[in-house]
Amino acid sequence: MRSRKLGFALAASAVLALGVAACGSSSSSSSSSSSNLSGEIAGAGSSAQQAAQEAWIADFQNANSGVTISYDPVGSGGGREQFIGGGIDYAGSDAPLDSTELPGATKNCAPGELVEIPAYVSPIAIIYNLQGVDNLQLSPSTTAQIFNQKITTWNDPAIAKDNPGVTLPSTKITPVNRSDDSGTTQNFTEYLKGAAPADWPYDPAGTWPVKGGEAAAQTSGVVEAVTAGDGTIGYADESQASGLGIAKVKVGNTYVAPSAAGAAKDLELSKKDPALSQGKNVFAYTIDRTSTDPSAYPVLLVSYLIGCTHYDSASKAAIVKGYFNYIVSPAGQQSAAKTAGSAPISDAVRKQIQPAVDAIKG
Amino acid sequence: MEAHTDTTTQAGQILAGASGGSRRLGDRIFSNAATIAAVTILALLAGVAIFLIVKSIPAVTASAADLPEGKTLVDYIAPLAFGTVLAATLATIVAVPLAVAVALFISHIAPRRIALTLAYIVDLLAAIPSIVYGLWGIFVLGPAFVGVLNWLADNLGFIPFFTGPASVTGRTMLVAGLVLAVMILPIVSAVAREVFSQTPRRLEEGALALGATRWEMIRMTVLPFGRSAMISGTMLGLGRALGETMAVTIILSVSGVVSFDLVSQSNPTPIAANIALNFPESSGVAVNALIASGLVLFAITLVVNMIARVVIARQNLQ
Repeated sequence: MRSRKLGFALAASAVLALGVAACGSSSSSSSSSSSNLSGEIAGAGSSAQQAAQEAWIADFQNANSGVTISYDPVGSGGGREQFIGGGIDYAGSDAPLDSTELPGATKNCAPGELVEIPAYVSPIAIIYNLQGVDNLQLSPSTTAQIFNQKITTWNDPAIAKDNPGVTLPSTKITPVNRSDDSGTTQNFTEYLKGAAPADWPYDPAGTWPVKGGEAAAQTSGVVEAVTAGDGTIGYADESQASGLGIAKVKVGNTYVAPSAAGAAKDLELSKKDPALSQGKNVFAYTIDRTSTDPSAYPVLLVSYLIGCTHYDSASKAAIVKGYFNYIVSPAGQQSAAKTAGSAPISDAVRKQIQPAVDAIKG
Repeated sequence: MEAHTDTTTQAGQILAGASGGSRRLGDRIFSNAATIAAVTILALLAGVAIFLIVKSIPAVTASAADLPEGKTLVDYIAPLAFGTVLAATLATIVAVPLAVAVALFISHIAPRRIALTLAYIVDLLAAIPSIVYGLWGIFVLGPAFVGVLNWLADNLGFIPFFTGPASVTGRTMLVAGLVLAVMILPIVSAVAREVFSQTPRRLEEGALALGATRWEMIRMTVLPFGRSAMISGTMLGLGRALGETMAVTIILSVSGVVSFDLVSQSNPTPIAANIALNFPESSGVAVNALIASGLVLFAITLVVNMIARVVIARQNLQ
């Protein structure tokens, strides 16, 4: 009895030892065969990027089995803060680093340089629910007045002017906004301020500045509130807006529906913000909200990746470089478009920002 | 005979053990464990309070320009505290009479079998997660109430609570208050029910023997006997309503205003909902401001509980 137990224990430990040895050899051999990257990097930031980051991480880890990447969707502000504090290797942010944050971020990257590139672009749809109106067109000024609660009924002359030939009911307008702090609100208010400064007195902000409107939590909450009421109008990521009326936005002299291509085109037309783009690898754009090109759609969210050209360990730098490279590549952008409904960046934008990725010393 | 001596020796051993070292050890372990548990609770509470206070300090010392919405801390938190108190008060006003009635029905009126089933069902309400209540409120109760809200605004608009204009989605303070009322109903009802059923039988029978109707008996014996239970149950319910986050966050269309209007789309924001909505994208001193609002919520709950203690103590003296 006793001897049999002992034998079993011996056998078991032998198997375990073999297994451990096998594990060690197999993992080292497989990582060296598929890619020479191994190690881990951590990122944090924008929750808008969360779905896309998950897709990118899954793809990248599949291709590089020795790599572990984590992304904590703590919010854009939190991501930037952690990056400046040196707690994470890269950040995702719905707004570029501002003038007060840039010195800290640059210092964090020393002796290397700061890298900031647009990586996630998503058109924002203006969604509405109004019985009998299937096709709504809105000029920036009308949109701003509606969301500022200055236009209160659907048959207002300003809306009628944008929609010739459409019979508009006298229903009360219920504008719906996000009740939580979000990059979507940040970018939507940026559009209103940029395209209709006379009718939108507020500065762009992540929290909705106008009191008294209908407010709902998260994109799903806004979509639900717009669906539930008659005469409602709101804004949400275009990928979440199916089944609702989607307004066409006035661009130049035509009205344009939201599309991935239109959003990508608008980013292409946007200029670098010289004040915030300090250093050759920092691409902070002033999104073109007043474009007159009918192939562009100016209501879009642009989210950035923030990293450094130099990291303390070469393997970390190599992973960041490989990961950023995959994200901006056509394959990475398509992967995000498929899972998160984002708009792939155009080749022209990729050509602009690729040198910043290449500058990472991997 | 042998068995008898056996039991006596056993009893003797037990008695001896009780005064001997081994029993003493058990007692000591038990009393120490209980003391540690009690101290842990106090330490936890103190820990939370210290965390709230320490993390609030940067918000207190920050200038208004750095705080959310560019307001001073008091101006930022006051409307939130108003929203918290309004929602919780509304829920309590609706829930308490209903809960007491349910408790009375279960303890004194319903036949035993029905009473047991009903008691189970009421307790079951407490087991539903608050997010499910939130979804129910937003998908079912809210839309169903749009007509009611319109009627209230049209016909009772002269009352400040129903000024309107009525919300088209039903995501108003009234609906949020009703959902909160359903959520706190089981707690209030369970506490009241337990005490109602312990009303001394002789009091009830005495009242009935004097010719009281059943309602008079309940009014003269059960309700006075259960008064402190009703108060403590109400305070427990109020406490839950004050802190309830998820359901309110989902249901309520919040805009941070100070308004008694219960039927419109622009409603005050309760503290807990405000933290849930804004914490994910907050950083720096904005987080401290949110924690400071949490400290205020903590203080409100503390005050409510202390008032309840005072009221109950006074009741017991009488």
